[in-house]
Amino acid sequence: MAADAPTRPSPTVTDDSAVFWDAAAEGRLVAQRCAGCGRLRHPPRPMCPACSSLEVEIAELSGQGTLYSYAILHHPQHPAFEYPVIAALVDLEEGIRLLSCLTDVSKDDVRIGMPVHAHFVPTADGPLIPVFRPTEDS
Amino acid sequence: MGRRTLARGAASIVGAGCTEFSRRAGRTELQLACESISAALDDADLAAADVDGIVSYTVDPVEETELVRSVGFEEVNFSARIPYGGGGSVGVLQHAAAAVASGAAEVVVAYRAIRARSGASRFGSAKTAPSPTSGHSGTTAMQWCMPFGVLTPASWMALNSVRYMHEFGVESADFGRAVVQLREYAATNPAAWGFQNPITLDEHQESRWIVEPCIHLLDCCQETDGSVALVITGSQRAADLPHTPVRIGTASTAGLFEQEIASDHYRPDLSVMDGTMALGRRLFEDAGFSRDDIDVALIYDAFSPILLMQLEGLGFCGFGEAKDFIADGSLALDGSLPTNTNGGLIGEGYIHGLNLVLEAVRQLRGTAVNQVADARTAVISASRTGAILTLD
Repeated sequence: MAADAPTRPSPTVTDDSAVFWDAAAEGRLVAQRCAGCGRLRHPPRPMCPACSSLEVEIAELSGQGTLYSYAILHHPQHPAFEYPVIAALVDLEEGIRLLSCLTDVSKDDVRIGMPVHAHFVPTADGPLIPVFRPTEDS
Repeated sequence: MGRRTLARGAASIVGAGCTEFSRRAGRTELQLACESISAALDDADLAAADVDGIVSYTVDPVEETELVRSVGFEEVNFSARIPYGGGGSVGVLQHAAAAVASGAAEVVVAYRAIRARSGASRFGSAKTAPSPTSGHSGTTAMQWCMPFGVLTPASWMALNSVRYMHEFGVESADFGRAVVQLREYAATNPAAWGFQNPITLDEHQESRWIVEPCIHLLDCCQETDGSVALVITGSQRAADLPHTPVRIGTASTAGLFEQEIASDHYRPDLSVMDGTMALGRRLFEDAGFSRDDIDVALIYDAFSPILLMQLEGLGFCGFGEAKDFIADGSLALDGSLPTNTNGGLIGEGYIHGLNLVLEAVRQLRGTAVNQVADARTAVISASRTGAILTLD
């Protein structure tokens, strides 16, 4: 393995979560949209909690959001990651929240409320996953 | 008509037992459970053959069948396991009391046995093993954390803690003042990890970051090996047993839509523990107890920020005011709400919350090492499960 090969673990994909991870693997950020009432939901699940519909559509998301919260992880350290990891909760403009992490920013420059947008990075087994970086000139 | 609550005082805790709390028990969780249960039954002056109900956590590794054939229970008529990890720790009292009140069981043992430090995997270590479902502990959502490096309980809870700090202007030193108090209690508790080892606020602030800007090393509970067990029976039978019965005044669970446990990231406002607000409403308003009647509080403190957030959620102070409540000395023995008088999970050890129930029993029996004078009513909160214990 090359020294700079991605080491972060690939997602654990289940039948319920595949809709998100399969799209992410191709560099697309999506969420489930209920075909019955139009409500977006994340993490994915089989039934709409609002109308009980089992029918879903796939909604493409813009990847634009704001930082709802963050955490700068120093310890314990896992060899698959570079530290500190900046964990992030991002409120997407479509109205759902994602847990991810931030790249391309110094830990001292992270601010709750800052605009961020998604980009994709590879995992050890190949699939891409969505992470976020600050939106420039915000 | 108000919400339905558990029949008030129908069941009582009549026995309590534990092992030593250590960093290396040197024996299995099954043996630890056997030892604490045996001690709790001796304490209650009951025999294994009297037990017909057993309750634990979904994440406890001790199998009921092995426990029965080890301790010598003759016929089990009720068994239950509570989900939600440590958040469910007080739920064992709700299930035990409900079983007794309904007639499903007459004598229930509640237990937790853990080797969080010396077991196959340290509880707080960074794990990436695929675990799409995880023993029904409420952490199925870990799959949404793991690829991003969010691998530990501290990292899951920190995302809420940072929002809390942001919303209310809370600083690390505010958490530190709570920890100093917990360690002061632990310093006089021979069972505690922190026995004879109090800390200063400076030491707290100088301890290394686990998660910046909210969790220093000294904000974390200590991974611990050990076991705690409790014996619960009907209050009528309890009156004939040796100890003054500690009545389960009420016990409740409050789980809100989209609320998770350590990974509670999807509720709209993470600067408050709204599940704990619901729990407080059920324990006090619905069950008819007053916050003013509480003599001692035991609050799940795996990490110090959730102690402050639960104080607010339970209604002991306003939102954002726990830092002032603590700075005023409220948590001390001579304060308005003596809290985690054993040192808490941070100071005493981490038997996944059940040692807080043990401490509540000792306080009401008058046998705690840091005894609150004339303690008659205790509240226990594990954020989404809780109880009020009382002598009345």
